[in-house]
Amino acid sequence: MSNIMLYAEVTKENFLHTVLFELAYKAQELSKKLNNADVSALLICKTGLAEEFKEAFINSGFDYVYIAEDDRLANYSTELYSKIAVDVINEIKPEIVLIGATTQGRDLAPRVSSSLHTGLTADCTGLDINEKGQLAATRPTFGGKLMATILCKTMPQMATVRPKVFKPAPENIVKDTKFIYIKPNIDNIETKVKFVEFVKGVNTAINELDSAEIIVAGGKGMKNEAGFELLKNFAESIGACVAASRGAVEMGLAPADIQIGQTGKTVTPKLYIACGISGAIQHIVGMQDSDKIIAINTDEKAPIFDICDCGLVGDVFEVLPNLTNNFKSK
Amino acid sequence: MKIIVCIKQVPDTTDIKWTENNTIQREGVESIINPFDVYAIEEALKLKRTIPDVEITVLTMGPLQAETMLRQAIALGCDKGVLISDKKFAGADTYATSKTLAAAIKTKLQDFNLILCGQFAIDGDTAQTGPGIANQLGIPQITFVKELKECNNGSVCAVREIEEGLETLKVELPALVCVLKGIDETTRPKINGFIKAKNAEILNYSMEDIGLTPEETGIKGSPTFVSKAFRPEHNRGECAICKDCSELAIKIKEFGGISYE
Repeated sequence: MSNIMLYAEVTKENFLHTVLFELAYKAQELSKKLNNADVSALLICKTGLAEEFKEAFINSGFDYVYIAEDDRLANYSTELYSKIAVDVINEIKPEIVLIGATTQGRDLAPRVSSSLHTGLTADCTGLDINEKGQLAATRPTFGGKLMATILCKTMPQMATVRPKVFKPAPENIVKDTKFIYIKPNIDNIETKVKFVEFVKGVNTAINELDSAEIIVAGGKGMKNEAGFELLKNFAESIGACVAASRGAVEMGLAPADIQIGQTGKTVTPKLYIACGISGAIQHIVGMQDSDKIIAINTDEKAPIFDICDCGLVGDVFEVLPNLTNNFKSK
Repeated sequence: MKIIVCIKQVPDTTDIKWTENNTIQREGVESIINPFDVYAIEEALKLKRTIPDVEITVLTMGPLQAETMLRQAIALGCDKGVLISDKKFAGADTYATSKTLAAAIKTKLQDFNLILCGQFAIDGDTAQTGPGIANQLGIPQITFVKELKECNNGSVCAVREIEEGLETLKVELPALVCVLKGIDETTRPKINGFIKAKNAEILNYSMEDIGLTPEETGIKGSPTFVSKAFRPEHNRGECAICKDCSELAIKIKEFGGISYE
């Protein structure tokens, strides 16, 4: 029986990362094209934690969950986690292994694929099974200017997928999930990397922008600190998160951790409102997958208007206070 | 301390144009050092400023023209340049690329303490080559690093920027570190840097020199291959231009799902 294996990432707060459920629903679709291949999960965590997640696995269509529990696994460790993942994959021999493209997934996946001497396609935005039964993984390259569909000649075929690219199942897919405990073979590993400390949420912008429903982003057109204040007020009036283009960051109007684009973050909110942003390609690649995009810019020829759903040609210094009043008075 | 910085020559993605056949026009596109690799160079230079006896070697796999980029890195303050160049390397995926770079390090630069890489390359954006090199060399890795804190010949402290906050890890050297944009200002080359760069010897090695076979490199040594490339489509349609703020406010409410009781 063929097998699609998903990596079940445990977050710092000991939750299952939601990308697992997005991958799980996609895996159901892939499974149908592979004669109903089993869908399995690999969970690596501290002793006793797996029990808390069992219901979530049962309700998400998993046939098998392979669990490696040990108190030495309480914190993610590249060395220990990759050793276990390689051992389990060598034992179970899945055809496909999918991993969330989180910082943990992007640290783990290349280490595992390299050890298995197999291919890994990074940051996929589309997954399908082709007529030959191979995993066809589609991803953007060249800063989003080109899409490439990539096949893998070796087994397992591995890919990472960014969170929020796929949707989780709209309702429970209940399965008679089998939980299989594996004794991690890590006794002889002397880890070279030691955990020193973790400071939670120092960089909260990362979290907030990832989960924001609405983002209001400012560019060079915000001109000065007073302009950025107008932007913040407007964002507050509609309950949005604030972000910035590289131009605004370079002008010192916003911190680098809220920069959207090629050398910044990629975001996919429900609504992205670009204020005084001309729409250089480096910015666009970081926000083009937002559900809806609105632009406000004085220059009607600004490239941002080519990729938005709706726009207003006008001066942000007049438009933003007007909008803020409009929403505040409600 | 001996530091190796792995860098990649990438097309300036702001400058990409399309051909009539919907493929990317590669001729005449300006090449730059991958911006994240510039951050890796910055971290190496920072260490050089704070620790005595640091030697920085920049390593790249690429066409012969990539030599220019190695000289740019030397102008910034790096000491040596090594170019791994061979027609047989063409079409390498991240697995084959990391195997090739690891082979070069094993055969030509085995005496090292720290390898620095940029977290991503802006053309491929895979973030896989660094960890692949670490795995091939059997050394530990730390990725998504914003700051390298303490550092001596025995170990390095690295602050990682992850979703939930900042994580500090300590690693025994030798190790490989992948860096994000750091906190320091970008170094600009100085006049004597240009002179040094002009006169520097760039070592150039072929596939045979680093002990690899054609089956292990380039497209033959790559487990993955591109089966299809196409231009992305966005299906937003025409942008609807609002005539005033109140019209725009209605759209913001609709798109953002904002409702007021």
